[in-house]
Amino acid sequence: MATMTAQAQVSHPGSASGLAPGRRLLPPAGLTLDQHLVLHGPPAYRGRLGALVDELRAAGLTGRGGAAFPVHRKMSAVLSAGGRPVVAANGAEGEPAAHKDKTLLALAPHLVLDGLQLAAEAVGARDAYLYIHRAGRVSQYLDAVLAQRHAAQVDRVPVSVVYAPPRFLAGQESALVHRIEGGPAVPRYAPRLVAECGIAGAPTLVQNVETLAHIALIARYGAPWFREAGTPEEPGTMLATIYPASGKARVVETAPGTPISALLDVQAAQAVLVGGYHGTWLPAARAAQLRLSNTALRPEGAALGAGVLAALPYDRCGVRETARVLRYLADESAGQCGPCLNGLPRVADTWATLAGAGPHRAARANLERWAHLLDGRGACHHPDGSMRFARSAFTVFGDDLRHHERGYCSGTNSAPFLPLPAHAPLADEDWS
Amino acid sequence: MNGTTRLRVDPTRCTGHGCCAELLAEHISLDEWGYPVIAEADIPAVLLRDAKRAVADCPALALRLSREAY
Repeated sequence: MATMTAQAQVSHPGSASGLAPGRRLLPPAGLTLDQHLVLHGPPAYRGRLGALVDELRAAGLTGRGGAAFPVHRKMSAVLSAGGRPVVAANGAEGEPAAHKDKTLLALAPHLVLDGLQLAAEAVGARDAYLYIHRAGRVSQYLDAVLAQRHAAQVDRVPVSVVYAPPRFLAGQESALVHRIEGGPAVPRYAPRLVAECGIAGAPTLVQNVETLAHIALIARYGAPWFREAGTPEEPGTMLATIYPASGKARVVETAPGTPISALLDVQAAQAVLVGGYHGTWLPAARAAQLRLSNTALRPEGAALGAGVLAALPYDRCGVRETARVLRYLADESAGQCGPCLNGLPRVADTWATLAGAGPHRAARANLERWAHLLDGRGACHHPDGSMRFARSAFTVFGDDLRHHERGYCSGTNSAPFLPLPAHAPLADEDWS
Repeated sequence: MNGTTRLRVDPTRCTGHGCCAELLAEHISLDEWGYPVIAEADIPAVLLRDAKRAVADCPALALRLSREAY
């Protein structure tokens, strides 16, 4: 099976998959198992431990959960850790501005689950987990999909569904491990990698659901096909959640290297948020010159992260938007680590002061003192990511901050722009 | 083995007693909320005894010495 696929690629490089170019992951409408099998066939099992790792190395696939870590390296670490590994599909997209994983699970669950089976085969796992939010219809649909695949004997390894609480940090890798072990979904401090010592001490391969869908396609159509999209450094397609200045959010499948201005109405925006709430604000004029890739974003201090791009319209105030999000991030601290527990609420309070009118001298002095005090001092990257977001706002909205100090705000529309959960912050103990 | 000896704090265990900063002021300071900020540097041999003492005396058992490869 694998050989046939490889030959097909050599002779027809553009048509190895039969998929529309650039539209690999997201079908226009959800596919049934039968439709999925007609389109892609059964999962392209290799029949051998580790056999997929070289293909993934050649493909250059990186994780799509935010960290962009090379998938083959994570798999190799799991393989060399010894013992019986476990695999987990991470679909607990806690970022309120991100919808790509939910969309993918609703439209192409079979690609994700094929990828999970192939990942299990590659590392020799006998147990697999699907870690998702309990979101009414989608979670019921996924239960039905898993039952159907089991009955059709598509899956070789049983998949258990574990639900994540609706919290920002629930999808963090060590929080996933904690939750699947039966504990609360809070990050933990672990000197050892999850790949070596994860769920119940077993070497654990955790991959984002989009990453797994790419794995399913690479196993079927090969690394050269995968590299037909994207850039040599960042091959393949990627899902992104786009918030245009003009209106409603949408999830798109795009490719690294695409100009940001092709995805977003940058001219209608004053600033662009890249990567989500642990991400970076960029001036719209700068974003208009950049391509969507980590290579292009790195010199700007930004990264693709969870694939969120938001264009802040001219009628909103960036200072107020930042203050709202920082309050949310402070409320979403798991409260385990002193610097995060103490620092983030104070940073949020200070930004609330900046968002009001009046003198800022004391607030600015505090922010400068705290600017790098929280970095690297939590068990997870919540303080680092939140402070990166705050620092970028401080630079990009510098003029607005000065206006506020003089009692003037350029925002004419006080309706919130960046999405936050509608509910009040959850109780401290509500992590399972 | 070549390597360095570093002090590491488990931030989920640390409750900000501050004993470590008293015992090893050369290497640990406290932030304004009383939590340790540990110098990103090798523990010099002359401080190793004090560092071990700080690890042993941490009421939250949050500190450890770790041998790390270069």
